[in-house]
Amino acid sequence: MTLPEPFRLLAYLAGVMAFVGVNAAYLVWVERKGAARFQRRPGPTEVGPAGLLQPLADAAKLLSKQLLVPPDADRTLFRVAPVLVMAPALMCLATIPFGKTLGARSLDLGLVMVFAFGSINVMAIMLGGWASRNKYAIISAARIVSQNVAYEIPMMLVVITLIMVTGTTNLQEIVEDQAGGFWKWNVFNLAANPLMPVTFVIFFICMLAETNRAPFDMAEAESELVAGAFTEYAGMGFGVFFMAEYANILVGCSLGAILFLGGWQSPFGILSGVGWFLLKLYALVFTVVWVRWTFPRTQFYGLLNLSWKILIPVSLGTLVLTCIMLKIF
Amino acid sequence: MKRVILEIVGGFKSLLTGMRITLQQFFKKDVTVRYPHESLKMTKRYRGHVVLLRDPETGKSLCVACKSCEKACPSDCIVVEGIKREGEKKKSVTEFELDFTRCSLCGSCVEVCPSDALGFSKDYNLASTTKAEFVKIDLVRRMEGEIAADAAHAQPQPAIPPENPPGGTSGSAAGGTPAATGIQTGSEKPAGQEGKA
Amino acid sequence: MLLEKLQSAVGAGVILPDGHETFVLNLGPQHPATHGVLRVKLTMDGEYILRAEPVPGYIHRMQEKMGENRSWSKYLPNTSRIDYLSAMTYTHAYVLVVERAAGIEVPPRAEYLRVITSELNRISSHLVWFGAFLLDLGGFTPLLYAFDDREKILDLLESVTGSRLTYCYYRFGGLCNDVDAEFLTGAREFVAYMRPRLAMYRQLVTDNIILRKRLEGIGRIDAELCRKYGATGPVIRGAGVANDVRRVEPYSVYPLLDFKIPVYSECDCMARYLVRMDEMEQSLRIVEQAIAQLPEGPVMGKVPRVVKVPAGDYYHAVEAARGRFAIRIVSDGKEIPYRIKLRTPSFSNLSLFEEASRGMMLPDALALMGSLDLVIPDIDR
Repeated sequence: MTLPEPFRLLAYLAGVMAFVGVNAAYLVWVERKGAARFQRRPGPTEVGPAGLLQPLADAAKLLSKQLLVPPDADRTLFRVAPVLVMAPALMCLATIPFGKTLGARSLDLGLVMVFAFGSINVMAIMLGGWASRNKYAIISAARIVSQNVAYEIPMMLVVITLIMVTGTTNLQEIVEDQAGGFWKWNVFNLAANPLMPVTFVIFFICMLAETNRAPFDMAEAESELVAGAFTEYAGMGFGVFFMAEYANILVGCSLGAILFLGGWQSPFGILSGVGWFLLKLYALVFTVVWVRWTFPRTQFYGLLNLSWKILIPVSLGTLVLTCIMLKIF
Repeated sequence: MKRVILEIVGGFKSLLTGMRITLQQFFKKDVTVRYPHESLKMTKRYRGHVVLLRDPETGKSLCVACKSCEKACPSDCIVVEGIKREGEKKKSVTEFELDFTRCSLCGSCVEVCPSDALGFSKDYNLASTTKAEFVKIDLVRRMEGEIAADAAHAQPQPAIPPENPPGGTSGSAAGGTPAATGIQTGSEKPAGQEGKA
Repeated sequence: MLLEKLQSAVGAGVILPDGHETFVLNLGPQHPATHGVLRVKLTMDGEYILRAEPVPGYIHRMQEKMGENRSWSKYLPNTSRIDYLSAMTYTHAYVLVVERAAGIEVPPRAEYLRVITSELNRISSHLVWFGAFLLDLGGFTPLLYAFDDREKILDLLESVTGSRLTYCYYRFGGLCNDVDAEFLTGAREFVAYMRPRLAMYRQLVTDNIILRKRLEGIGRIDAELCRKYGATGPVIRGAGVANDVRRVEPYSVYPLLDFKIPVYSECDCMARYLVRMDEMEQSLRIVEQAIAQLPEGPVMGKVPRVVKVPAGDYYHAVEAARGRFAIRIVSDGKEIPYRIKLRTPSFSNLSLFEEASRGMMLPDALALMGSLDLVIPDIDR
């Protein structure tokens, strides 16, 4: 399939937006159903079969609500923040290879670009919190910044370890390197680097922290800060933040699947490459939901301690050991 | 250093244990009742709001309008009026109003009733958009409605039944016996009650 | 370590560097963490609490004054509504004090049944605390597991008393009705069911590293502080003092039963957490024993129709789920009490919050507040 370049780009843009939109809406449903199952209740059942139309009903409700702006808020920033939080997630997905040929751009610096845009998300939430002129929101904004600063570092260290093994930052090439059965996936490829499972666990923890998911959801710790940075947002302003949370989870999990679980590489036939990629992606998403509905929230300094005292030393250690191993072998 | 490593490993293991437990729960079946579609049957001692009980034989109220419940009510939410009809030994109730907005469902009235004429409703789905509906629940009318419904249910012709049960009650002397047995179970109470009054 | 230093620095009242701006944060009366209408005015420096001022009174219902305008028995339903989570124990205190005052004998079967229902109620109360505490800490799932278990207790108690929360089951001289065999087998089954559940909670929650990190060493309340503010119940037992009314001022048939008073001396939130978790186990033991020892007989003693309390001043305390609950009644010999004074545990436990939370971070202070197990109507009454 060869479309002229501009059309290809447009098609991909539409595709990504649809993918993110549908996923963000239906991950809410997955989250609610998942939570319900973990808690042994049915979850949404009323709207549509098995509550499948619930996200549409939610969206209709949020859209029909008035967009309130608090009188003392910074109106521009307040309105811009939800957009800013959603846009980077869409940008990141442009580099994600969904299949052997399915991907918008095969950038040589794909991984770097994902992280570059990934960080904007934090700033957007901070802006939203700051612009609301609400005490809870400001505390939340301050928390989210220090949390993300703390977790970017081990995340980057882990990724650097991985880049040293793969030798490229092109996501498509990283996936192609992992061809040939699941023991060739980075996480199981112990022959290349025996520390990979540790790296994967660190990556997963950092991913949870970066996307503000429980047990690291300090920013919207509802028992402390009501709704954190989103306290003052009503209607679709809140809805976009909510969708962005899931879009970011989607990006994080896609990245996890690509970097560690072999992306669209299939361990054995049955499904197509895209199918395997989505399977891995949703398995990770399910784990994220599972973690959220199992653990209590960490304390803020506990979270920073975990990052600075455990994750950073360990990931530095794996980095150094990987260097040594690469040099020796 | 060793302690730290042990803590990390132990802590990680505890996290995995927690996840194992929630996953086990994930595959068990629901414990909830899908309320508007299904609802639970209340236990036999369930204390709903009070209702006037009827004599199972005569179908008439057992209430003798002694006002014990009115006195026993901690929230003063019961008003009872009765008249003494001719040819009957006891008074019969003409008005039993329950102010459900103030009732605390404590059951003191049922407990104190000398003729066991009060019982608890098993209806827990009481809801309304106005307070006015609950300020005065007329239990006598409610009971009459029940009588009419029962009668309509028992006999297909709607015109005669309302008259039939009362006629039957006054005719049969047996109407007194269940009420009398009812009194006997709590015989000490009404005696003391009347002595005081 | 750094945190401890910071905490002690702020807690000791060191003057903050100039330019440090404090702000006031309202916790409640409508806030997810306060489980009711308690308001706490927090003066904060960033995330650190400089001063926490509880503002109770939003659900004040004049429970004490209500006692002065109704007869002794009409006050019974009120006692279930002071602390709606451990209604049984509160009614127990009231019937005990009136029985003591009026010299009413209670048949042994009634006392045993009072203990069984009170202990079941204690477990249900602790389960609510457990769930709500975990909710404060951000764990939602244990709440629903706990409520599932609690539902079983409520069903049992409902089958006996007819009510799920405001039982009003005890009467002067006994109980309003006897239990049936179904209840006793149900209670036995519940004990058998609950033990593995508690083991499951231990694995899922107590051993969880995140929870331990959040609770261990946080929210220090020592015995001295407890004495200063009159804190009782799991709070003082978590401070290493084995003070349990069931043991220090034995009442009912508790002296005949074999149970331990869990005591932890770490003085932190974890100690209070563990005290309550162990108490549930001990309550299960009590229920088990009391059912085994349950004698036959009437459940109502000889009681005059209108209870008259001879003039005087009487007092009785019980161990409620939250601590020492005591009722003092003053009678002038009339049908209506002259004065009823309620000593509620949550009020005393809340009082120490201001001192104990000084210098803490906001999430820690909420963990501390959760570990006090406050019931707001019990504070305001």
